[in-house]
Amino acid sequence: MNAEVKADTLPEKKEFWRWQENVWIDETKDWKTAKIITCGIDVGSVSSQAVLVVDGELYGFNSMRTGNNSPDSAKNALQGVMDKCGMKLEDIHFVVGTGYGRVNVPFAHKAITEIACHARGANYMGGNGVRTILDMGGQDCKAIHCDDKGKVTNFLMNDKCAAGTGRGMEVISDLMQIPIAELGPRSFDIDSDVEAVSSVCVVFAKSEALGLLKAGYTKNKVIAAYCQAMAERVVSLLERIGVEEGFFITGGIAKNPGVVKRIEKLLGIKAMDTKIDSQIAGALGAALFGYTLQSKKAAA
Amino acid sequence: MIANYGYKDGSGEYYISIDTDKCISCSAGHACLTACPKSMFETITDDYDDEVTWVKKPNCRTLAYDCADCKPSAGYTSLPCMTACTPGAIKHSW
Repeated sequence: MNAEVKADTLPEKKEFWRWQENVWIDETKDWKTAKIITCGIDVGSVSSQAVLVVDGELYGFNSMRTGNNSPDSAKNALQGVMDKCGMKLEDIHFVVGTGYGRVNVPFAHKAITEIACHARGANYMGGNGVRTILDMGGQDCKAIHCDDKGKVTNFLMNDKCAAGTGRGMEVISDLMQIPIAELGPRSFDIDSDVEAVSSVCVVFAKSEALGLLKAGYTKNKVIAAYCQAMAERVVSLLERIGVEEGFFITGGIAKNPGVVKRIEKLLGIKAMDTKIDSQIAGALGAALFGYTLQSKKAAA
Repeated sequence: MIANYGYKDGSGEYYISIDTDKCISCSAGHACLTACPKSMFETITDDYDDEVTWVKKPNCRTLAYDCADCKPSAGYTSLPCMTACTPGAIKHSW
């Protein structure tokens, strides 16, 4: 006999993984006086961003979770930032799509890979001294070298598994029942350094984390062990192409000090700081590519 | 630009590196396209509008298996793609 479960008796499902979605506009600028307005849309596997660039300068962005279809995610991301400043799609001169869903951005004039866009975005955010970029995305990881103009000179991407990615961190957040933004700081709240979990595979790391909890580890120690494993994983990726001074981290994981500090310690290099949201690097780069292309078009 | 296609997993690192600067004006006529028995390579226009060769996306996640037939254990003394690529743009990490 099947037991009947009443909906109101089910425990409330908390989404500890849910990260902060953001909409931002630079109130000091007026897009109505701009000559060229371009937009970059990064439809990633986990998050989508729309960035507006006016006359080659960052004007606004919207960063939100990717929905279950790329065209809608692109539309929603762009609509969010346009609503904030009263802009319409007709006001934008050039749209570039990037990310894994780049070919499904219905109103894009061009699609450019996220590798080139992250390099260009990091060059804008960190200046022309940026040489090595680590993009820790939702479901992949990229190590990129670029020149002083943000042009890619060497890259490597690992998208075979979710280890060392934002999605992996979301899973651990839910498992520990700790909001994702608190994971990084809490990973330092431990008595002594811990060994990294032996596996960074999300599935196995989850099992291993549960085993550690049962063995008496505190939640903070388990988080520290996972952050350490993630750092070791991406450092091995970086070492394959080499790390040069001018090290910059993009993607959501750049906001997690628990991983960033451990990467810095392993590499012996400090990552460059930026005041701009690290998650928008790809879309920002796409918008800047759009600006260059539109400028050439206007000059022709 | 050095483009690395492949992955690292528990069994090792499997990357094919392509020096696209040598691809742009390929003196071998992109011979790698036909040399690979699995037809893993194709020519594309990259983000900087250069015509270069890359490894097809589905193969990037299965390189260890796709390339196994051309490795010394299968009787080859040199890899067909590297032999065909006379400019020396292609390298295997394993």
